[in-house]
Amino acid sequence: MAIGTEAIPLAPRVSLRLGAFPVLPTLILCSIALIAVFAELLAPHNPELGALGMRFRPPAWSAGGSADHLLGTDHLGRDVLSRLIFGARVSMVVGFTAVIVAGAVGTLLGIVSGYLGGWVDQVIMRLTDTWLALPALTFAIFLTAIVGPSEMNIIIILGLVYWTRYARVIRGEVLSLKEREFVRLAVVAGCSKWTIMRRHILPNVVNSAIVLGTLMLGVVIVTEAALSFLGVGVPPPKPAWGLMLADGKKGLMVGYWWLTVFPGACIMLMVLSANLLGDWLRVKLDPQLSQL
Amino acid sequence: MTNYILRRLGYSLISLLLLSLTIFLFVRVTGDPSTLLVEPGASAADIEAIRQRFGLDQPIWVQYASFLTSLVTGDFGNSFYYRTPVLELYLERLPNSLLLAAAAMAFSLLIGIPSGILAAVRLGGFWDRAGKVFALLGLSLPSFWVGLVLILVFSVSLGWLPSSGSGTVWHLLMPAFALGWYFAAAHMRLTRSSMLEVLGSEYIKLARLKGLPESLVIAKHAFKNALIPVLTLAGINLVIMINVAVVVETVFAWPGIGRLLYEGITFRDFPVVQAVVLLGGAMIVVVNLLIDILYAVIDPRIRLEK
Repeated sequence: MAIGTEAIPLAPRVSLRLGAFPVLPTLILCSIALIAVFAELLAPHNPELGALGMRFRPPAWSAGGSADHLLGTDHLGRDVLSRLIFGARVSMVVGFTAVIVAGAVGTLLGIVSGYLGGWVDQVIMRLTDTWLALPALTFAIFLTAIVGPSEMNIIIILGLVYWTRYARVIRGEVLSLKEREFVRLAVVAGCSKWTIMRRHILPNVVNSAIVLGTLMLGVVIVTEAALSFLGVGVPPPKPAWGLMLADGKKGLMVGYWWLTVFPGACIMLMVLSANLLGDWLRVKLDPQLSQL
Repeated sequence: MTNYILRRLGYSLISLLLLSLTIFLFVRVTGDPSTLLVEPGASAADIEAIRQRFGLDQPIWVQYASFLTSLVTGDFGNSFYYRTPVLELYLERLPNSLLLAAAAMAFSLLIGIPSGILAAVRLGGFWDRAGKVFALLGLSLPSFWVGLVLILVFSVSLGWLPSSGSGTVWHLLMPAFALGWYFAAAHMRLTRSSMLEVLGSEYIKLARLKGLPESLVIAKHAFKNALIPVLTLAGINLVIMINVAVVVETVFAWPGIGRLLYEGITFRDFPVVQAVVLLGGAMIVVVNLLIDILYAVIDPRIRLEK
């Protein structure tokens, strides 16, 4: 399949397109992070407390809306804008922590598997293959059914579901790294296996792990939203965007569009930004991963 | 050839074993499985009966052996809610899931393949850029949100399409689109890169040197060869679609396996949840095996390699 691929001037074109730093996606991600940090200062209302007299108010610019609730209120009279602002915190915390948990486990097992080889490699790779076969969302739902939904559990579960993606890629890199001169020299110099893995292999796979992590961020955020939407994610009344979409279904058929459009748009913005940034990082940091 | 197939078969069996072991262990190590295996609100006597039935007082490997035996004989337990064997429920819903997946697949291929080819042939042109945006959105928008927005537009505002249920072609349109967009994006990207690879190959150069019209080169020589990896991915994706449809099926109340899983969560019907994840994983292992065998049949380089 690789015959003659060199005839296509693909590389310069790609780097031209993605060479420019994705300013807008980075800005969006940074603003969401800032909003998450300063949610208390920014939110005009308490996100978990509503007034039943103020149920289903439309956004301020629609007929019947008030400037007090810029983006309207939900079925319990809670302010949508405030819930979106606090929801950013949930998405950020769950997204980043889960990606880090998955990345740490996956990178560690990938390095160990690739460097040690033999039966250790066999065991870890068989396990990786098997877990990769489990449909991620279904597997996550199954795990929440066992341990019950909470923010902490969701992070652990998403870490458990997604570490396999890292392990596969990192192992592949380690396999080629361990044949390189500097690793062989380290062996000759008498470094122990653990020292080599820690000092010589790990720093060389960190780039790939970061690229993968950025690309996984979008996946993890969508999965968290899906779990919350299905009622097995972040438990109510905490304001998570997926949960807001589930609540929004109550007003969907009567046309209360703001309960569906705004939380979804937030998820979209965050995932889109993460994907664009990930694509750029992939080309910049790690051209080897470009086939991912 | 036989050796290759036997080895692949062995790997798949190991995967299936590990799959069942994973599920089995997760249920046991995270606490008392009897709380999951009995209905919510069951009496102490009921719990004791379940302990006896599943042999929860036995050593763990005995438990696993009996768990495995029941799986092999197709016994996934009974649903708490429907009071019928879970496998029956699953098989009842499977045709609906297949129908939705087939529709979503048809959509994703009809959009993905032509737009991928156009993007590759007119590299950097309007279609290439439009395709990139389409793919990026498809990969970034959560399918359930796409579904909800579709309902808002086409059911609530315009009143053109039914918002939920099944039965007619009209019921199928929105869920198929919501589910298929992501895959259309994936198929488009792969078609594009696969076409680019093929278009750069020697035999395409030869076809052009022979003076064949460009349309013929693309349609006859390039397209056919570029299609193989796309169809492979589509094969795997069809199974994945069945298993990720849970949110889309929930949004549109589509009576498939995803909806069954959702009911399983809502009614705390653990045997259903367990069966859906087990069968989903098994399906993917089997499809991967079939594709490997098919590849070995087509491509001698694979079956002859050590």
